Amino acid sequence: METKNIMIVGVGGQGTLLTSRILGGITTMAGYDVKLSEVHGMAQRGGSVVTFVRYGDKVYEPIVEIGKADVLIAFEKLEALRYMHYLKKDGVIIVNDQRIDPMTVVTGVAKYPENILETLSKDHKVIAVKAMDEAKKLGNAKVFNTIIVGVAAKHMDFKKEEWIKVIEKTVPQKTVEINKAAFEVGYNI
Amino acid sequence: MNEKRIMLGNEAIARGAYEAGVKVSAAYPGTPSTEISENIVKYKDDIYCEWSPNEKVAMEVAIGASMAGVRSLVSMKHVGVNVASDPLYTVAYIGVSGGLVMVAADDPGMYSSQNEQDSRMVARAAMVPVLEPSDSMEAKEFIKYAYELSEKYDTPIMVRTTTRLAHSQGIVELNDRQEVEDKPYERDIAKRVMMPGNAIKRHLVVEDRMNRMKEDACSMPINRVEYNDKKIGVITSGIPYLYVKEALPNASVLKLGMVHPLPKKLIEEFASQVETLYIVEELEPVIEEQVKSWGIKCIGKEIFTIQGEYSANMLSKAILHEDLYLPEATQAPARPPILCPGCPHRATFSVLKKLKIHAAGDIGCYTLGAVNPLGVIDTTVCMGSSISTLHGMEKAKGKDYIKNWVAVIGDSTFLHTGVNSLMNMVYNQSTATVMILDNSTTGMTGHQDHAATGKTLMGETVKPILLDELVKGMGIKNVHVVDVFDLDKLEKTIKEEVAKDELSVIIAQSPCALLKSFVPKGKCIVIPQKCRKCGMCLIPGCPAMTKAEDGTVVINDTMCNGCGLCLSRCKFGAIEEVK
Repeated sequence: METKNIMIVGVGGQGTLLTSRILGGITTMAGYDVKLSEVHGMAQRGGSVVTFVRYGDKVYEPIVEIGKADVLIAFEKLEALRYMHYLKKDGVIIVNDQRIDPMTVVTGVAKYPENILETLSKDHKVIAVKAMDEAKKLGNAKVFNTIIVGVAAKHMDFKKEEWIKVIEKTVPQKTVEINKAAFEVGYNI
Repeated sequence: MNEKRIMLGNEAIARGAYEAGVKVSAAYPGTPSTEISENIVKYKDDIYCEWSPNEKVAMEVAIGASMAGVRSLVSMKHVGVNVASDPLYTVAYIGVSGGLVMVAADDPGMYSSQNEQDSRMVARAAMVPVLEPSDSMEAKEFIKYAYELSEKYDTPIMVRTTTRLAHSQGIVELNDRQEVEDKPYERDIAKRVMMPGNAIKRHLVVEDRMNRMKEDACSMPINRVEYNDKKIGVITSGIPYLYVKEALPNASVLKLGMVHPLPKKLIEEFASQVETLYIVEELEPVIEEQVKSWGIKCIGKEIFTIQGEYSANMLSKAILHEDLYLPEATQAPARPPILCPGCPHRATFSVLKKLKIHAAGDIGCYTLGAVNPLGVIDTTVCMGSSISTLHGMEKAKGKDYIKNWVAVIGDSTFLHTGVNSLMNMVYNQSTATVMILDNSTTGMTGHQDHAATGKTLMGETVKPILLDELVKGMGIKNVHVVDVFDLDKLEKTIKEEVAKDELSVIIAQSPCALLKSFVPKGKCIVIPQKCRKCGMCLIPGCPAMTKAEDGTVVINDTMCNGCGLCLSRCKFGAIEEVK
C-alpha cells in the first residue's frame, strides 16, 4: 500500500495530541508501519500546532511534505487555511467550523480572513463541522475533537468497532463514555 | 513474538534504559528531552529516578551511580549539555564503572529553545563518543548498545537525539529487562581523582580509547552500508537518514549509527565506490568537515542549510532537481504561542507594564512576556540569567539606572541556577528587585515537580524548600510573598521595593492554571449593554477574549479560567464573575 499522509492542525491546547494518538492506535492495530510526529513545549502554548500521521507498508520520515497530504484535519478554520498547501491535489479537508482569534487579530495587527470555508473549497473537498456546538450539546466542550475523529473515520478504511476499541484504550478512563458518544455523533454527521 | 507498541522516541529511550538494566536516572526537564524521565518513572520498581535541580547536578548523580557500579542515565536538552559540560569533560577522563549514558536532545528549528547548537560539537570537544538513532525502535536499541560500548571502552556515551526523533512515534518491539550485576567498588584514585598528576595520564588513555573506537567503528553493526545505484552516495545519520530514504530510494547510503568517532576506513571505502558523494546532516557540518579533512571529495553545506530541519522535499530539490508539486502557502495571520487564559504571569506583567518597569527575563513560559501586547521583558539569555544580568547592569551604570527594572524568574528556574545569581547579588551589594514568579511547577515543559513543590518524580511527598526561607537565609531583609491576583498589593509592593536602595525579593505566587490541582474561581462574562468598547480589558492579551463585529468584547466561556484580570481593568462594570 502506498503510504497515507494525514495532518492534524489546530491551536495549542485543543487536544491535537490525543487525536493523533487515536489515529496512531488505529493504524498500529491494523498492522501498518506507522510514524507520528508531534509538537511539544513552548509551541503548545496557544500557538499554531501541527501533527503528522503516516501509515503504510514501510514508512520512513515522520513528517508529511508540502503537497503530499491525503487528509487535513483542522480543529480551527484559520489553521486549515495556514496548512492547506500541504494537501495533494485531490486531498480532503475536515474542518471544525470554529474561529479562534490569534493575538495578532485581537490586538488589531492583522485581520481574521473572511470566507475561509469558500477559499478552502476552491480546490479541495471540504467537510465542515460545527463540532464545538455538537460537543456542548453532549455537555462537554472538550470532546469536540473526538467528534471530528468520528467524521474523519467515515473517510478512512477502518471498522467502526476498531475505532471504538482504540478510543477506549487511548482516552483517560473517566472520559471513555463521553468520548464514545462524541465519536458516535461525528460518525453519524 | 515479542509485543510491539507505538512509542514516542523519548518513551523508547526510557524503555531502552529499562531493558539495559539501568538502576539510576537523573534529569532536569527541558524540551525535547522531558518525556524520557516521565516514562522512566513507569519503571520505578527497578529504576531510581529523580528531577535534579539542574543538569550539572543530574550529570554528577549519574556519575556517582556509575562509580558505585550500576548502569545510570542522565538526560537533558542541548542547552542543558552546557550546564552539565563541566562534569562531562572530566568524566570522559575518569571513565565508568557501571555504564554511563547521557542523552542530549538537540532542537533544530528551535521549536522550544533559545539557540540551535549542535551537541555533537560538545561531544567532540569533550572526547565522548556519540550514537545517533533514527527512529523509536533504534532509539531503544541504541541505548542498550550504548551501555555495552560504555562498559567495553570505559567511557561515558552520548546518545544524541533531535526534536523530530524525541517527539515522533514509531513501532517498537519490546524485550525483557536484562539484569546486570553491579560492578564491585575498588578505590582507584589515579582513575577517579582528577588532579593534574592523574589527569595528565588519563588524557592519554582517552586519546588511545578514541583511536581504538575509530578502528572498531568500521565493523560496528550500527554503521551500515546500503549499496544501491552507485551514481549517488549519501553519508547520513539520525533523522536525516529517513529523509534520504524517502527522497532517494535508489541511492547508496552509509548510515552512521555512531557519529563520533567516525569510521574512517569505512567512509573511505564507501566514497571510493560512489560517483557523487553527499553528506546529509542537520545543523553543523560535523561529519562533512572531518571527511573533507581526509581529502575526500563530497558535497554538503554548499547546498544544504545549517539552519532548521531538513525534509525529503528539500533533498529531492537540492540533489535531484526534481520538479515537485509545491502549492504556495496562503497568507494567514500569524499565531505565535501566548500565555494561557488565567495565567498568573499575565497579571504580574500587566502590573509591571502599568508601572512602566522593564524586566530582565529568564527561561520559561514567562519569556512570552517579551512580546506584545505585554511587552515587559527586555532580555532573555539562559537559565538563571535574569538575576545576574540585572546585577551587571547595576554595576555598569549605578543603582539609579535600575530603579525601573526588575528581574523575573520562575520558581523552577530560580532553583536551577538563579539561586547562585542571587547569592552574588547579596555578596556584591546589589540594590535590585528580584521577582520569583512562583507558579508551583515547571510550567513550560509540561508540569514537572521540583524541590519547592513537595513532590518527587517518583511520587513521594517530601518537605518542600520554602523559597522565602531560602532567600531570607541568604540574609536578604526585604522579602515579600504576594498573591499575584491581589493586584493592588502586588503593585504597591513592586513600587516600594524598586524605590529602595536595598536588595529585595518579591515572591509572586499563584499556581499555573494548567495544573491538575488548579480550581478556577469561576468564569468571567461580559454584559454587552454595559460594554463601552474601550478595549482596556484586552490590553493584557488574554486569548479567551476577543472583539465581536460591533466592537463589544466577548469572552470564550470554554477557555476562561475566571482569573478576573479583565474584570479589574473594566471601569464600567461590564465584566462580571459567575460561579
